[in-house]
Amino acid sequence: MIKTASLPVHGQEATKNFVIALAGNPNVGKSTVFNRLTGLKQHTGNWPGKTVTRAEGTFFHRNRHYTLVDLPGTYSLHASSTDEQVARDFICFARPDLTLVVCDATCLERNLNLVLQILEITDRVVLCVNLMDEAKRKGFRVDIDMLTHKLGIPVVGTAARSGRGLSRLKNVLDDMVAGKIVTTPQQVVYDPELETSINEIAKRLTPYLPDWINSRWAALRLLERDYSVLDHITDNKNKNYSPRILKKEVALCLQ
Amino acid sequence: MSTINKHGLLIIREIEPLLPGNVSNIKDRIVSGIYRQAEDISAQAVRTESSYQASLETKLDGILTSRWLGFPIMLFLLTLVLWITITGANYPSQLLASGLFWIEKQLLNLFVTSGAPSWLTGVLILGMYRSLAWVVSVMLPPMAIFFPLFTLLEDLGYLPRVAFNMDNLFRRAGAHGKQCLTMCMGFGCNAAGVTSCRIIDSPRERLIAILTNTFSICNGRFPTLISLATIFMGTLVARAFSSTLATLAVVAIIMMGILTTLLVSYLLSRTLLQGVPSFFVLELPPFRKPQLGQILIRSLLDRTLFVLWRAVVIAAPAGALTWILANSFVADTSIFALIAGWLDPLGQLMGMDGIILIAFLLGLPANEIFLPILIMGYLSAGSMLELDSLNALRTLLLDHGWTWITALCVMLFSLLHFPCGTTLYTIFKETRSARWTIMAALIPLALGILVTLIVNQGARIINCFSAGFSG
Repeated sequence: MIKTASLPVHGQEATKNFVIALAGNPNVGKSTVFNRLTGLKQHTGNWPGKTVTRAEGTFFHRNRHYTLVDLPGTYSLHASSTDEQVARDFICFARPDLTLVVCDATCLERNLNLVLQILEITDRVVLCVNLMDEAKRKGFRVDIDMLTHKLGIPVVGTAARSGRGLSRLKNVLDDMVAGKIVTTPQQVVYDPELETSINEIAKRLTPYLPDWINSRWAALRLLERDYSVLDHITDNKNKNYSPRILKKEVALCLQ
Repeated sequence: MSTINKHGLLIIREIEPLLPGNVSNIKDRIVSGIYRQAEDISAQAVRTESSYQASLETKLDGILTSRWLGFPIMLFLLTLVLWITITGANYPSQLLASGLFWIEKQLLNLFVTSGAPSWLTGVLILGMYRSLAWVVSVMLPPMAIFFPLFTLLEDLGYLPRVAFNMDNLFRRAGAHGKQCLTMCMGFGCNAAGVTSCRIIDSPRERLIAILTNTFSICNGRFPTLISLATIFMGTLVARAFSSTLATLAVVAIIMMGILTTLLVSYLLSRTLLQGVPSFFVLELPPFRKPQLGQILIRSLLDRTLFVLWRAVVIAAPAGALTWILANSFVADTSIFALIAGWLDPLGQLMGMDGIILIAFLLGLPANEIFLPILIMGYLSAGSMLELDSLNALRTLLLDHGWTWITALCVMLFSLLHFPCGTTLYTIFKETRSARWTIMAALIPLALGILVTLIVNQGARIINCFSAGFSG
């Protein structure tokens, strides 16, 4: 029996390495999911203190090669701490093939804040609702279908410690990468006044932004006066501006 | 780090006029938009079955962090913990003191009968052993009660709720909400509190948290405050209420420390360390059933004995040094009395005396040894040769002209003076700046001198008036 014959291999696909970003709140079993998927034995707490080191692992599934990047656990992506900045920059600017968000089923509401923020950046997201066993024990019933419907992205319930739901998760990841799943991510609706500003700014921003940056998300960051978004809009000719000159120019602009 | 290129600048130039002015307001609105949506979705996707543990937790959280009850409950718990400590520590303290001083007598006899030179007896027994005995009998019982109680609250998951309640206050003071957690760590030990400031990412806010950490009363200072409050404040009223009043006095000092933290944070963030507070999401972890055995073992071994050992290690040489200073004479006056004489005018202005100030200065290595040094200082000055109980301590202090005003000023100065040596070293390690380390010592010291001056002079004026009325 010839192994490869049964699998439809589309030339490039077989050799391409798909990057999956692994995001989530701290203490939701992210590292357990990481270990389960990659077969590695990474210890939890990959981001102790200030040393920001990325944990990476690889795995094969359905003849595709994946690299899983374990991001620091964060509650939000407001870039107010190093961890949040690292996570946000990776999801937005490193352009992973998809982002897998791990949630704690026992406190879904808090976890959804992060999910909604990630959905503002990218639509290539799969949600893994972990700790389903613990939630059941504590008397929570999480309706996975309802979540799928409400968020507009694939949602898989897991109990990573016992390995439940993980093969299904792998299949869903693969289906996403293969383009078999189309997502329609739920967007946060802000108060009307804010929405007007967002739309106006987003409209003006669109011509400047590369098509893979969500202009609505960029508009929100500018509204927060977070200009670091603009760092990544590279214009190769003018790369050698010194920080001093730039500061002066910014000051002039803001007058 | 930011390298905004020409394109970026063009964009800023075009967008800037469209941005509404109040940034923190917009940030809040963005966050609340996200939260509303998350709440909405989870309300539809999650079903909670019956009135289980979870709903109980939610209800409990609703009470503990409620707008009206949050602060009174915090105050009540703090008072309760201190009341139990003060009431409970009284008897064992007496017992330990009489036991340890009985041993001292036996040791003295042994030294005398074996014909040891008197200076050796002085350094070893009257210097080292006596200050050790005081450290142990004054500090051990309160710590053995206070730490398990505090660890119990920690283990239950109450501290994050405190941070939640205080967040708004810290934000208004221009500081980071997590500073409340570092402040709580400071109640254990300021050096540990300073190290814990690493959880704050913004350098500006971390520095504020580091500089104000000393305003959290640490373990080294709790025993001093508790015994002074018991001896002086407690005796102002009838016996039945004495522990209560002593407790309230300590609670008031702690509250003052918290207010000072907020005030100094506010002033720093308006002057030397200007900026806008960054915001963060604080997790309220689930309440856990505390493991009582674990709490007892952990708080007794890791904290009580650890702190006691540190005190003992520093108290022994400091006790010896104090004895030597008190028994080396320059033309009829001991060196100790000489220095005390120099410091006395300043001390009097601040409602204290020279010996108290020496005790604070010699207490630089560790706040724990303030009381032993003070006692040795007074003993060497003569009125009494033996001191074997808290009552005797009260008599000793009264003999040296102490009043409740003296006790109050000492308590205030204990809150507001330079941090201990270990803490200062930690601050230097964390900030890598001699300038900020010096600031960390000068800010509280200046405040302490100012506050004791005002309190002392104020109290004197009031005393004058009341004396005038009654006379």
